Amino acid sequence: MEVRVANVRKEFDRFPALHDVSLDIRSGELIALLGPSGSGKTTLLRLIAGLEMPTAGKIFFGDTDASEKTVQERNIGFVFQHYALFRHMTILENISFGLKVRPRSTRPPAGEIRRRAMELLDLVQLSGLEKRYPNQLSGGQRQRVALARALAIEPGVLLLDEPFGALDAQVRRELRKWLREIHDRTGHTTVFVTHDQEEALELSDRLCVMSQGKIEQVGSPDEVYDHPTSPFVFGFIGDSSELPVTIENGEVWVGGRAIGIPAHDTPTGPARLYFRPHDADLIEADASMAGVVTASRRVGGTRRVELEVGGDGHKVEIDLPFDHPAGEKTRLSFRPKRWKLFPAA
Amino acid sequence: MSAAASALSRSRKRNVIPGFGLTLGFTLTYFSLIILIPLLALAIRSAGLGFDGFWKAATDPRVLGSLRVSFVTALIAAGVNVVFGTLIAWVLVRYRFPGRRIFDAIIDLPFALPTAVAGIALTAIYAPNGTIGALFAPFGIRIAYTPIGIVIAMIFIGLPFVVRTIQPILEEVSHEVEEASATLGATRFQTITRVILPSLTPAILTGFALAFARGVGEYGSIIFIAGNIPFVSEIAPLLIYIRLQEFNYVGATVIASVMLLISFALLFAINLIQAWSRRRYGYGD
Repeated sequence: MEVRVANVRKEFDRFPALHDVSLDIRSGELIALLGPSGSGKTTLLRLIAGLEMPTAGKIFFGDTDASEKTVQERNIGFVFQHYALFRHMTILENISFGLKVRPRSTRPPAGEIRRRAMELLDLVQLSGLEKRYPNQLSGGQRQRVALARALAIEPGVLLLDEPFGALDAQVRRELRKWLREIHDRTGHTTVFVTHDQEEALELSDRLCVMSQGKIEQVGSPDEVYDHPTSPFVFGFIGDSSELPVTIENGEVWVGGRAIGIPAHDTPTGPARLYFRPHDADLIEADASMAGVVTASRRVGGTRRVELEVGGDGHKVEIDLPFDHPAGEKTRLSFRPKRWKLFPAA
Repeated sequence: MSAAASALSRSRKRNVIPGFGLTLGFTLTYFSLIILIPLLALAIRSAGLGFDGFWKAATDPRVLGSLRVSFVTALIAAGVNVVFGTLIAWVLVRYRFPGRRIFDAIIDLPFALPTAVAGIALTAIYAPNGTIGALFAPFGIRIAYTPIGIVIAMIFIGLPFVVRTIQPILEEVSHEVEEASATLGATRFQTITRVILPSLTPAILTGFALAFARGVGEYGSIIFIAGNIPFVSEIAPLLIYIRLQEFNYVGATVIASVMLLISFALLFAINLIQAWSRRRYGYGD
């Protein structure tokens, strides 16, 4: 089902949590709401779920206005960070809860409920554990039960609030892959909240980057990573280096020296240059940035070098192959092959 | 003894937390001095009668009547307390309203108030010419000087036990669990009956046991409000007191022993159910 968030504003006791947010979620896609804490991503998710009501604006499920509907009427599946399983029920009872509480007229017969719950248990690869209680399962297993429970009601939209936030790194990676598989198999429109950019980039079809109650950028992982539209997105997604520069004669200048980067579209004056550490090329030309090496450390297959550039104590990071001879030098010249200029703040 | 000693020394070797021997020794000594020896004296005293004598004293109609009044009223009062105590705990935990903290503090007053004061105050209000008693008097319902009065006094003194056992557990039941229930389509009523109450069961049982035990043992407040009519509103603790005044010490110990036995059996049963429900509902590990 499509979900349309239209000009939604949300205030908590006069404190604004979301300012005029609009977002179109396509049917069947897996979209991540990504942002630092306090960016409003969880609030947006809870508004879609109906766990909070918007101060202004509307939320549409398909063509119907869902804004005035209660949580129960919206038919959504919600997965909480801390599982929120019913600990006095077995795993099977947890999964069938959503079907058992339906009014008699729409409730499937008991045998059918059991069959569907067992099927879901199989889907989340926990067959044989139906008689256990939640406290007898590991964190990863509990979260899978929570997902099965949410899927049992055949929700129109599946909403996940930091679903892997409470799990350790290894389990998180496994579950991430597994969630993607489940999504591809069941095809639910899925929205998940995360503050982990790696998770968002790896898992989602599109991501929606949020900051301070506003949407900064919406796009595919490639778009957002390669063409960030704001300094915040550039800094938040992936590693980045930032440097204050001056634009003059359609060129970028650092510390009184043109560095060989054209800037025809940027107005003359101060600006900020952003680039990724892995996009820096070492060059021995005059038109380059030169810096004094202040630190150097090995990160996996590369060496990350910290340089002081431009004489004002500004530091940037660039990546070199770990066995590159330049790693021994105290002074390096380089130029980014991809970059982005933003007006000075 | 030697098996116990070797078990002790074994666990001393294994236990990471130091001071096991010291604290267990202290616990046993203390337990003996405060609880075990007085109860043992009681048992020995009543055993002096022999079984037939004991049975005769215990099955005296007035004794049976007083025991029935005591246990029936205590069970009813504990039942009422569980219902309304849970409700009060819910209100105190879930809502924020002006005066909540004061209200919260008032809950504990029955703990502190001398029970005689409570008894006199309740009698004054529930007597046929009292503020509340006068409302019921026209319908021929008498509260003070009947078993209903006993139940009310027991409710008064037992309430804090229920509220204070349920409150912390209710605070622990996360709000997320309720939200999860709502997202799955459960109505408010279904969430309360199927999700919240079952997870409170162990705490409710504890509260019930405590309120019940307190009610059975209560003396001070009840004698004022009960009217103390033998076979109708005479409680067992009062009959013990009456026997003592008649210098019938053996008769008093017999009633006390029977009370203890019944109370112990009931509390033990409640403890078993509670242990089962704790396991069942996933507490304790």
